Amino acid sequence: MIVDIKDLRKTYKGGFEALKGVTLGIKEGEILALLGPNGAGKTTLISTICGITNPSAGSVSVGGHDVVKDYRAARSMIGLVPQEINLEPFNKVIDVVTYSRGLFGKKANPAKIEEILKQLSLWDKKDARIMMLSGGMKRRVLIAKALSHEPRVLFLDEPTAGVDVELRKDMWDVVAKLKEQGVTIILTTHYIEEAEAIADRVGVINGGELLLVEEKAALMQRLGQKTLQVDLQAPVESVPESLASYNLEIAEGGNALRYHYDTSGESTGITRLLGEISAAGLQLKDIQTDQSSLEDIFVGLVKEGAA
Amino acid sequence: MNFTAVWAIYYSEMVRFFRTIAQSFISPVISTSLYFVVFGAAIGSRIDQVEGVSYGAFIVPGLIMLSVMTQALSNASFGIYFPKFIGTIYELLSAPVSFFEIVLGFVGAAATKALFIGVVILATASMFVDVPVTHPWAMILFLVLTCVSFSLFGFIIGVWAGNFEQLQLIPLLVVTPLVFLGGSFYSISMLPPIWQKITLFNPVVYLISGFRWSFFGTADVPVGLSLLAIFGFTALCMGIIWWIFKTGWRIRA
Repeated sequence: MIVDIKDLRKTYKGGFEALKGVTLGIKEGEILALLGPNGAGKTTLISTICGITNPSAGSVSVGGHDVVKDYRAARSMIGLVPQEINLEPFNKVIDVVTYSRGLFGKKANPAKIEEILKQLSLWDKKDARIMMLSGGMKRRVLIAKALSHEPRVLFLDEPTAGVDVELRKDMWDVVAKLKEQGVTIILTTHYIEEAEAIADRVGVINGGELLLVEEKAALMQRLGQKTLQVDLQAPVESVPESLASYNLEIAEGGNALRYHYDTSGESTGITRLLGEISAAGLQLKDIQTDQSSLEDIFVGLVKEGAA
Repeated sequence: MNFTAVWAIYYSEMVRFFRTIAQSFISPVISTSLYFVVFGAAIGSRIDQVEGVSYGAFIVPGLIMLSVMTQALSNASFGIYFPKFIGTIYELLSAPVSFFEIVLGFVGAAATKALFIGVVILATASMFVDVPVTHPWAMILFLVLTCVSFSLFGFIIGVWAGNFEQLQLIPLLVVTPLVFLGGSFYSISMLPPIWQKITLFNPVVYLISGFRWSFFGTADVPVGLSLLAIFGFTALCMGIIWWIFKTGWRIRA
């Protein structure tokens, strides 16, 4: 385990308990996505590992070094990309990135800085002042700063919040490349799709508790349930014989049929179902789909845990 | 010790200073010249001599102290407040640096700037009047300690301040009046007897008096007291900073 978190607790002044005993091991070289709604404790967890807040109880070690007692060794291994775009507006891109490397105690290495800036498509902007950059470019600068000292563990706190689709894809590519280089990556997000796209494992966090950590594939199957509701022109009393294999449910007093399916399956069966509904002589009025929201999933997970 | 990090902080703070080097250089030159025009020419022509020193020369140590104190305060307080304000403080907190190294970088840079301005003012003043320096080593000691202690003080203000108003509050409401009333432009002996006593409660009096002694060999208060005051103030600021970092007050939750 490159990051080992044991019973980590954080209570802020005023009594708010942001972390209620989180235990988590992160394997070297993996991409772990921490999924959770706003206020779940994702940022507090990262901040406590990286040294921005002090833990109230419990321990964290990175590469075997305790983040409090042996903070120099632990923090040297960590790169942090914060959620907010925090950059000195008047400085040049290359200067802020070079500064970060120095701050982490690494000898100046212009070739390495050049390599990082090129990898993030920032090289032609190296002499631009931060305030002249677009939001997406600024986010890349934050990543460049975090990578400047060649960390082995990279924390990305909601790297794609408020980022357009194209940039999000770019960001995912960058993460994939870093993984190839052997960097362990922990990212927080509240988009299920994001976790699905890039993570190896997914942790679900809510209310300061880690509800589960699972291999992505296993989790996605659980989270991928959707419901298709077909509203009919005329009510039916029973499901037509020809549709028996779909396990349909009659709803709204016979005015609708409900079909449960799995988006992560190879085929959802929707096309075939709709064809067969009309073949059975039923007239469609409307169709709607419903996916359990992240909040629903959390409720489900908590219930599951209690049962 | 992570000297690379100390240097990185120091260097990036100095870069900001040198980016505006023209202002940094010209503004003390102009303000010093103005003081000479106003105090030296207008008032000086009526006062003539203070304790055997021409009034023009007499105000030089006070002028230097005034600028050095306010510059050290504003540079250091802004230096640490700005990262707090724009959020880049996260990087300092997550870097493998101790608080001592952070202070060394920021306070070192602020003190360097203040020292630079002090020297510029002394050079400018020397063009107007003849400024003898009787005790050069004591002069350097007082100057450097004032730069360092007021930079430390500024660092504390910068950590404490929650907004730009608070950042200005103490320098404007406390330090500037104390400096002006601390004998920058007059000798305490020129005050009415009751004010001579009251003014001794002003800590800045001791700093200016000691600094002036290093120039002219005369002082309002014993030079030993001045030394005690400047060392005491430096120690006090260091103590407060040590406490800030031990508790993480206003920096680390």
